[in-house]
Amino acid sequence: MSVTETAAPLPAASKGRSLWQDAWRRLRRNRAAVASAVVLALVTVLAVVGPSLTPHAYDAVYANYVRVPASLEPYPRAEEIEPELRATLRRARVEVGAVVIEDGIARAALTSTGEIDPRITRYVERSNLFTNAAVVDIAPDQRSATLTADVQQVRFYLGTDGNGRDMLARILVATRISLAIGILATAVALLIGVTYGAAAGYFGGRIDGVMMRIVDVLYSLPFVFFVIMLVVFFGRNFVLMFIAVGAIEWLDMARIVRGQTLALKRREFVQAAEALGVDNVGILKRHIIPNTLGPVVIYMTLMVPRVIILESFLSFLGLGVQEPLTSLGVLIAEGARNIEGATWLLVWPALALALVLFSLNFLGDGLRDALDPKDR
Amino acid sequence: MRLTILPRLVAAALLAGSMLGASYAPAAAEVVYNRGNDGDPETLDPQLTSTVAEAHIMRDLFETLAVYNASAEPIPGAAASWETSADGRTWTFKLREGAVWSNGDPVKASDFVFGWRRILDPATGAEYASMLYPIKGALAFNKGEGPAEDVAVTAIDDTTLEVVLDGPTPYFIEMLTHQATVPLHQPSVTQFGADWSKPGNMVSNGAYTLVSATPGDKVVLAKNPRFHGAADVQIDTVNYIPFEDRAACVRRFEAGEIDSCSDLPADQMAQMHEKFGDQVRTPPYLGTYYFPIKTDKAPFDNPKVRRALDLAIDREFLADEIWSGTMLPAYSFVPPGAANYENGPTVDYKDMAQLDREDEAKKLIEEAGFGPGNPLKLEISYNTSENHKNTSTAIADMWKTVLGAEVTLINRDAASHYAYLRQKGDYDVARAGWIADYNDAESFLGLLKSNNPGFNYANYTNEEFDKLMASSYQEADLAKRAEILKAAEAIILKDTPNLALLYYSSHTLYSPKLTGWTDNIMNVYPTRFLKLDK
Amino acid sequence: MLAFVLRRFLGAIPTLFVIITASFFMMRLAPGGPFNLDRPLDPTVMENLNRIFHLDEPLWSQYLRYLGNLLTGDFGPSFVYRDFSVGDLFANGLPVSLQLGAGAILLALVVGVAMGVYAALRQNSLADYLVVATASIGTTVPTFVVAPLLSLVFGVWLGWLPAGGWGDGAILNKILPIVTLALPQIAVIARLTRGATIEALRSDHVRTARAYGLPARSVVITHTLRASILPVVSYLGPAAAALVTGSIVVETIFGIPGIGRFFVQSALNRDYTLVMGTVVVIAIFVVVFNMIVDLLYAWLDPRVRLD
Repeated sequence: MSVTETAAPLPAASKGRSLWQDAWRRLRRNRAAVASAVVLALVTVLAVVGPSLTPHAYDAVYANYVRVPASLEPYPRAEEIEPELRATLRRARVEVGAVVIEDGIARAALTSTGEIDPRITRYVERSNLFTNAAVVDIAPDQRSATLTADVQQVRFYLGTDGNGRDMLARILVATRISLAIGILATAVALLIGVTYGAAAGYFGGRIDGVMMRIVDVLYSLPFVFFVIMLVVFFGRNFVLMFIAVGAIEWLDMARIVRGQTLALKRREFVQAAEALGVDNVGILKRHIIPNTLGPVVIYMTLMVPRVIILESFLSFLGLGVQEPLTSLGVLIAEGARNIEGATWLLVWPALALALVLFSLNFLGDGLRDALDPKDR
Repeated sequence: MRLTILPRLVAAALLAGSMLGASYAPAAAEVVYNRGNDGDPETLDPQLTSTVAEAHIMRDLFETLAVYNASAEPIPGAAASWETSADGRTWTFKLREGAVWSNGDPVKASDFVFGWRRILDPATGAEYASMLYPIKGALAFNKGEGPAEDVAVTAIDDTTLEVVLDGPTPYFIEMLTHQATVPLHQPSVTQFGADWSKPGNMVSNGAYTLVSATPGDKVVLAKNPRFHGAADVQIDTVNYIPFEDRAACVRRFEAGEIDSCSDLPADQMAQMHEKFGDQVRTPPYLGTYYFPIKTDKAPFDNPKVRRALDLAIDREFLADEIWSGTMLPAYSFVPPGAANYENGPTVDYKDMAQLDREDEAKKLIEEAGFGPGNPLKLEISYNTSENHKNTSTAIADMWKTVLGAEVTLINRDAASHYAYLRQKGDYDVARAGWIADYNDAESFLGLLKSNNPGFNYANYTNEEFDKLMASSYQEADLAKRAEILKAAEAIILKDTPNLALLYYSSHTLYSPKLTGWTDNIMNVYPTRFLKLDK
Repeated sequence: MLAFVLRRFLGAIPTLFVIITASFFMMRLAPGGPFNLDRPLDPTVMENLNRIFHLDEPLWSQYLRYLGNLLTGDFGPSFVYRDFSVGDLFANGLPVSLQLGAGAILLALVVGVAMGVYAALRQNSLADYLVVATASIGTTVPTFVVAPLLSLVFGVWLGWLPAGGWGDGAILNKILPIVTLALPQIAVIARLTRGATIEALRSDHVRTARAYGLPARSVVITHTLRASILPVVSYLGPAAAALVTGSIVVETIFGIPGIGRFFVQSALNRDYTLVMGTVVVIAIFVVVFNMIVDLLYAWLDPRVRLD
């Protein structure tokens, strides 16, 4: 695609700061972009502090509530209490007579052929449904008694997963991880891409030729294969893995920045700096890189979603982050497998992902319009 | 009558047609069975096959000396009868009179000699060559240390085959049902070389012949009119369709495109039972799902730690909730149903309530020196899969709540995972599973022999156990041998090098139009015993 | 033009060489081997296999052997699919993958460009917003969610189309996979076309044409379409790369005998030769495809010269 290498539109560098002020004003007028920015900020805040505010930890297993649907009503449902109490007491090997449930307290009449062991309360407490179990009214022969227990109410607003973990907490944690992955990989790509592209464009000539040739070679590499290999190598550490992904994703960034730099190099202020004897590194740092930031910022907002989608693809292949941590991709891949039986496993994480990606897209569009008025 | 002039396929079709015409109404339409399979066959050369998916196809194409009937009991196949010498080492097989290959040539005893020498030839590179190691001279030949002629398989005459074994091997007949022991049609294998198993070249002796094979798409088999039991074979064409994605098979089944699925997504069993009722089958399968513990690494070299880990696992929860009832809680390493192994030993805590087990686990872990200030730290390694992930997550949670352990989970792709286990990587507890190739308890217990490094993931060594295993190989009496093996299993249940978690069950789904489908412990459903109403 | 094509091919040779070398050594450094799967092998058997596949030789000699074979067009035998050479597997799978890929690109182009132009002509209307919103959804919903959903709705519930399978290449079997592959591309192409068309509509020559009173439809077709399709053409390169990724998912879920699934499976199975073959085939595909894109671009935009 060498034909598309024409320099991206250049921000008017001579206006300096006012360009950014201009862009800022335009951005603020774009309602979709502003709304997206607000949503993104909210999502980020939720993802950062949310997991510690939810009533359930993201890795807490509720063995009694495996794959329960999303609901505003508290669990357990009234009709579930008695069977569960009977089932737990059956495991304690006592006979259960009448069971009464009143005001959140369950009472069961027990009889047994042997002596009733007061330790059986632990069976009851182990169930996620009951707390404060006690054996009262023990008959003199210790063969009959009454068991009381408080019914413990919990709410799963978005349901639970196949291990009995709260989806709300998991989605919040997943969003945090997905955003972190997106930002981390993008940051790495940014670092490498901008440095590489600026250097190639600035030095030009043979150096540029060789450097861009390397980029061309890397372009024809089957990207997915290398990501899979990276996962095989670095599978144990997702931070390392996404640094590696970022290290592959920098190619576009390098091309864009190089194009910008080629154009900038001929500008008066760069030539002036050269004439004043500023060294290469100084010129790159002070004059070239800051002036390429416009398109770079736009590209960044497009790359974060790309990395998030890539991560979800890896999750589909079973190469996502390690348990018990999770990411939106992992959750959606699990949900996609359960479309028919448990829709809530797919719907909520998919909504969360769509929200993040939508906002990033609109914000990217808004930024492009703001920084590049010609293209509006 | 030999039909060498006509292309083989046309001949088969004509013959099939004429036979149908003779015995049924002339309008009888062709019966086509679309059979979902676990995956793509990696090869159709029976001697190179190794997967369950391939075994299904091979059972239709080839007939071994003994074969499984519909309920997976060995019955005479290519052999009409057999007898054993008193010491159990010499077996003489009488081949079926008049049995022919799909091209009309007679099946001869020398075809078995040729086939078995070929699979043992080091140049063949057969993964299942080890199946034939009980035969005298087989291991040496496969190692490249002895000549082919020393493999003790002899064709006495065209219909008599004699095999001499190294020791009495009571499960020999079970082994003979495996596709590693098929006869080969010597002229076509010699003529086509490696391409002999390609459609058009392959000559087989089973109920079906190979029509076409497209990787990722399907393998098509057609009824073999020359098969000795052809009159009872009702299905004319079998399309084996591979499904990497189990849910895809269920969708196509529901859409009526597939008549049976060979495996099902375990996490959706509840909803499948609801939708398909009795069409969903989950019979026990001769396999154990287990976690080996690295027994030569501190603190896991301490039997108390291993037993504490073992006691703390609520197997019923794993079986009922995590696997939706598609697996059974395991209290022994050899699953129930192993041949000649009734009432095998079980762990001593089987009848204890889960709470008491947990109390004992807590006590043991404290005795081993772990407590709130000094938690046991361990890592569970598993190969990437939704079910393994859920199982490991649940067990980590049990160890955390009961033992106060700090558990981390590590998953790797299957190739890395097993390489890591085999090369004795630095794992603590890992996931593994074993499904028997033939129905015998030794198939499980042999995994833990100290001289079996490739299989003994736990690095377990126990002299007494090794001695018992060694003596079992010399015992011809089935009852006595069973007692020896049970004593050996009792030792490993006490030492817990492997945490036996669940007994496998196979998961199949088949259309009500399909009859003759009999649940069995080996997960074998030869097409020749099935009937399909269209 | 011939010289351009030739130069492109010659220029691709060192690229391919670097790719082959890098993938070869990366693959070999990964833990595990092709015979390390679920079922443990007897050590004797493992030794025999390693010898047959030359895995017992030093790595550099295996590498030279591979390069030598490759020069004669021999991709070697597959380690896992032992009945097939890697060449056979591609001969079977490549036509299938190309049919699906070409179908998806065509569908994406036709629908995407039509949607984009339509939205641009009615800028800021309800229809415009709908197109933009649909396009955004198309890019955010992963393929592995769309594929089972389509199969479920059209294959199982409605029963209009096969729920999966290749059906020996029957048209009906291709519809759902092609639609699944095309959806994300339709979204991107629609957005690109919309932007380019809006810009073209504002350009001087279109305004002049309109001022002369030419009907809107002929203005769009003769004057703006060419301009609005240019960014789409330059997007085709990345689109093709995305199709390769998408085909992995689509082939697994619909059960299609293409080559996409080799990509993941062979890497996970450590089927060394098949992995290398896939990498080489896809690299060649990318090179050829980009060349076609450049030729197309030059043909559409006379300002661009092939060099």
